[in-house]
Amino acid sequence: MSEYNFAYLNEQTKKMIRRALLKAVAIPGYQVPFASREMPMPYGWGTGGVQVTASILTPDDILKVIDQGADDTTNAVSIRKFFKKTAAIETTELSEQATIIQTRHRVPETPLREDQILVYQVPIPEPLRFLEPRETETRKMHAYEDYGLMHVKLYEDISQHGHISTTYAYPVMVEGRYVMDPSPTPKFDNPKINNCPALQLFGAGREKRIYALPPYTKVTSLDFEDHPFEVQKWQASCELCGTSGTFLDEVITDDKGGRIFVCSDTDFCRKQQSEKFEEAG
Amino acid sequence: MYVAVKGGEKAIDNAHKLLKEKRRGDTQIAEITTGQISEQLTLAVDRVMTEGSLYDRSLAALAIKQARGDLIEAIFLIRASRTTLPRFGYSKPVETDKMELSRRISATYKDLPGGQLLGPTFDYTHRLLESELETDQPASQQHRGILSDQNSIDSTDVKSEIANEEQTIAAPIIPHVLDLLGEEGLMEPPSNEPKDHEPEDLTRQPLSFPASRDLRLQNLARGDEGFLLALGYSTQRGYARNHPFAGEIRVGTVAIEFEPEELGFAIEIGEIELTECEMVNQFKGSEKAPPQFTRGYGLTFGHCERKAMSMAQIDRSLRAEELGEQKTAPSQDGEFVLSHSDNVQATGFVEHLKLPHYVDFQSELELIRRMHQEHDAASPESDQQAKDMTTHEAAE
Amino acid sequence: MKMNPGIPLLKVENLHKAFGKTKACHDISFELWPGEVLGIVGESGSGKSTLLRLIAGLLEPDKGTISYQQNSKLITLTDLDEPALRHLQRTEWGFVHQHPSDGLRMNVSAGANIGERLMANNWRHYGNIREKAQHWLKAVEIDPARIDDLPRTFSGGMQQRLQIARNLVTNPNLVFLDEPTGGLDVSVQAKLLDLLRGLVSNLGLSAIMVTHDLAVARLLSTRLIVMKQGEIIEHGLTDQVLEDPQAAYSQLLVSSVLQV
Repeated sequence: MSEYNFAYLNEQTKKMIRRALLKAVAIPGYQVPFASREMPMPYGWGTGGVQVTASILTPDDILKVIDQGADDTTNAVSIRKFFKKTAAIETTELSEQATIIQTRHRVPETPLREDQILVYQVPIPEPLRFLEPRETETRKMHAYEDYGLMHVKLYEDISQHGHISTTYAYPVMVEGRYVMDPSPTPKFDNPKINNCPALQLFGAGREKRIYALPPYTKVTSLDFEDHPFEVQKWQASCELCGTSGTFLDEVITDDKGGRIFVCSDTDFCRKQQSEKFEEAG
Repeated sequence: MYVAVKGGEKAIDNAHKLLKEKRRGDTQIAEITTGQISEQLTLAVDRVMTEGSLYDRSLAALAIKQARGDLIEAIFLIRASRTTLPRFGYSKPVETDKMELSRRISATYKDLPGGQLLGPTFDYTHRLLESELETDQPASQQHRGILSDQNSIDSTDVKSEIANEEQTIAAPIIPHVLDLLGEEGLMEPPSNEPKDHEPEDLTRQPLSFPASRDLRLQNLARGDEGFLLALGYSTQRGYARNHPFAGEIRVGTVAIEFEPEELGFAIEIGEIELTECEMVNQFKGSEKAPPQFTRGYGLTFGHCERKAMSMAQIDRSLRAEELGEQKTAPSQDGEFVLSHSDNVQATGFVEHLKLPHYVDFQSELELIRRMHQEHDAASPESDQQAKDMTTHEAAE
Repeated sequence: MKMNPGIPLLKVENLHKAFGKTKACHDISFELWPGEVLGIVGESGSGKSTLLRLIAGLLEPDKGTISYQQNSKLITLTDLDEPALRHLQRTEWGFVHQHPSDGLRMNVSAGANIGERLMANNWRHYGNIREKAQHWLKAVEIDPARIDDLPRTFSGGMQQRLQIARNLVTNPNLVFLDEPTGGLDVSVQAKLLDLLRGLVSNLGLSAIMVTHDLAVARLLSTRLIVMKQGEIIEHGLTDQVLEDPQAAYSQLLVSSVLQV
C-alpha cells in the first residue's frame, strides 16, 4: 500500500472534492455534483463517505467509523482498516475522542461538538428520486422549489396507513430552501441533525453528489400541521445498559419468539454500562 | 446475560483466508499463471481492459486471476487501481485508418479498397466442443522451460513478434467504408462538433443530463457488455428501430502518440489493439439538406467485437433527439441508458443489499407493529371489515 | 383573482411553429376574453393540438408572442423564464389531457391527485386538504368515499372527471382542454359535457378547448376557430360559424357532421 498517497486519493482528486465540499457548505442542502472516483470498495458500500473522509483527513485526526450505530459491524471495520492502512491515523470507538466520525445509517447518541465532523455515507442523495426518476426533472424541482410532490407522498402515507409511514431517510427542509435526504438514518435521528454544532457532510459516490449542513443549520422534518413529525419510541429499554430513549436494535434470542432490545449505538451503550458499574461500585 | 455479537474484524480476516484458499483450488493442479491468462484467455483480458478503462494486459490478467475469473470483479479491481494513477495528459486522437489490421470486414460491400480480412474469428466455426482441448498441450519445445516463469510474458511468443516486425514496415492507409460514402455526400460527417471542439472527460467531471455525445461514447465504452448487447438487440426487435448495417468492423493495432508540453511535438509511446465498429443507419433529410445515412460508433480496447457493435447501435439510438426522432424506447433514453450502463456501479449497489440494514428494518418493524396494535384496538369486527373491503374491491 | 374585463385574458400574435418542413402553426393570432370558452376545431393534423401546447407553454414557438392578463396587466408569456411559467401552470392554469393517464398520477389515490396542487401551493393541513378534495369529488359527481382509491380502479369517465377536479381545485383563471371527451363512449361523453357546461357557467371559467367534435364545440364554446393545415381559416361566434360557415373547408366540415 505504500505506493499510495496519504488516505489513498491523490492530491488533485482531494482538491476537487474539497472544492465540491466548500460549495456544499455554502449552499446547505444543495446537492453538488462531483467527479466521484472509483474506490477500492464497491459502489454502494460507502465510497462517497470514504472519498469525503479521505479529502478532509489530516494526520492529526482521530477517526471513528460506525455502521448501524456500531463500530464492530463488518463494513465499519473494513473502512476503519482502510484508513489505518492508507493514512496511518489514529482510530477510536469513542464518540467524544473522534474528530471525524464516518457513519452509515445512524447519528451517534452522544451529542456532537463544534470541533467534530460527521461524514454520512449516502446511497441515493435525491429525496425526490422515487417520486420522479429523472434527474433532469428533479434538478428543476429543486431549482424552482417545486416540492408539492414530496407532500403528496406524505399525504398518501397518511391516507393509506393512517401515519406518515416513512421511517428512515425521512425528508427534511434545510433552512426553508432545499428538501434534503438525511441518508437512510432512522427518523429517530432527524432531531439530532437539526441545529447540530458539528459540521455534517454527505457523500454519495455512485450518484456523484456531495451535500452539507454547516454547524447550527435549521433542519425541519416535513410533515402536516395536523400530523406532526414524531420519532419512534420503544416500550422497552436497553437490555445491556438499561437506558431508555435511545434507538434500540431488536435481537432475536431463540426460535420461540424470544427477543430483547439493545442500544444500536455500541459506544454509547458501553459508556452507560460502565457508568452504572461505577455507581454501583 | 446476552452479549452482543462481536468479532467482525476476525470474521473478515477469516473470510479473506477462505477466499485465498478457494482461489487456489485443488493444489494438486498447477497454479494458473497470469502469463497463461494473458495469452490464452485473451478475450477475457480484452473485456477487462475495455470496461476497466485501462490498457494493461498484465494487470488485467492479474485482476482476472485475483477475481477467480469473475470479470466484473476484475474490472472493478482495474478501475480501483486506475483511479490512483497520476495523469500526465491526453494522447493525440488515434488514427484508426492507419490501423495495422488483423481483421476488417464490411457487410455493406462485397469488395472494397483494402479488402475484407477475416482474421481470427468464431464467426464461421461450428460450435462443437473440441475434446482435444481437454488434454493439456505442453508448451512448444523451445519454450518448455518458460511455463513456470511468470515474468516472461513478453518472450512467450517469438513467432508473433517476428510476424509483427515484418508487417510494421509500412502500414498502408485503409480508408473507412463510411468515409467512402461520405465522399459521395451520402453519409453525414463523423461529428457535428467544430474542429477545435475539446471533448469532455467522463472521469474528470460528473455525468449530467442531457449528456453530450463525447460523454455518451465514453460512458458506453466502459459500459457493461451484456447491458449494451441487450439494448442493442432491442433496437433490432422494434424498440427504436434504426436499420443498422455493419458498415465496417476493424480490429488491429494503432500507435498512441503523446505530445509532452516541453517537447512541442508528438512522439509515439506505444501501440494498442483496438476494435472499431461503424454502423450505417437509416437516412435523414430536411428541406435544406438531401438525405444522408447516419452513423453509430463503437470503439473498444483489444478485440471486443460484440461490445463494439452493440455500442455503435446504442450510440445511434441515443442520437434520437438530435436527429428529430420520437423517443419511445429505453435505448433512446440517455438518462436511462447512461445511468445504468456501468457494471461496477450496478454490482456495488445491488450487492450492497448484503450490508446490514438493522436500523432501517427496525424502524419499519416498529411502525408495522404499532399499526397492527391500532388496527386491533380500533374495532373488534375488523375482520368483518376486511372481508367487506375485499368484496367491495372485487366489485370494481 | 379579480380580472380586468376591459383587456383580453390571453392574446396570441403571429404565432409560428414548424416541425421539420411541416408547418404545424402558421401566423396564428387571436384573443380570449375573461369568461369566454374558445373552441378550436379542425381535423386531426390541422395543428390545433400544437397550438394548445404552444399557448400552455408546453412547446416553444418559433416566432410570435403570447400575452396573458395578470394583475390587470398583460404580461408576455414568451418572455417568462421557466420557473415563472411553471408557477403559472400549477397555480393559475389547468390542463385537461385527452387521456386521463397523461394528466393524473395513476399510482396515488384520488385524494392525493386533487391535493397535489394544493400542497404545491403550500397547503400543510392534512384535514383541510382532504376536505377540499372531498368537496371537489362531489362537484365532479364522484362518490367522496372513493377518496382513497387509486384512479385505475375508476371507469374512464370517472378518471376524466377526476382529472378535471385535480385541475379546478386551485380555481384556475384559465383552463386548457385537449379533446376532453375524446376517449369516451357516447353516453359517458354526454354526462361529462353536462358536467363541464355546469362548471363553466357556475365558475365563470375561461377556457380554450381543442376538439374535432363540432357537437362538443357547439355545446361548450362561445367562440370558434377553424384550423386547417396550421392556419386559421375561419373565426367567429360559435353559432355564426356553425350556421353560416364562410370558408369552403368550414362548410365541408359542418355539413359532414351536422347534416347526418
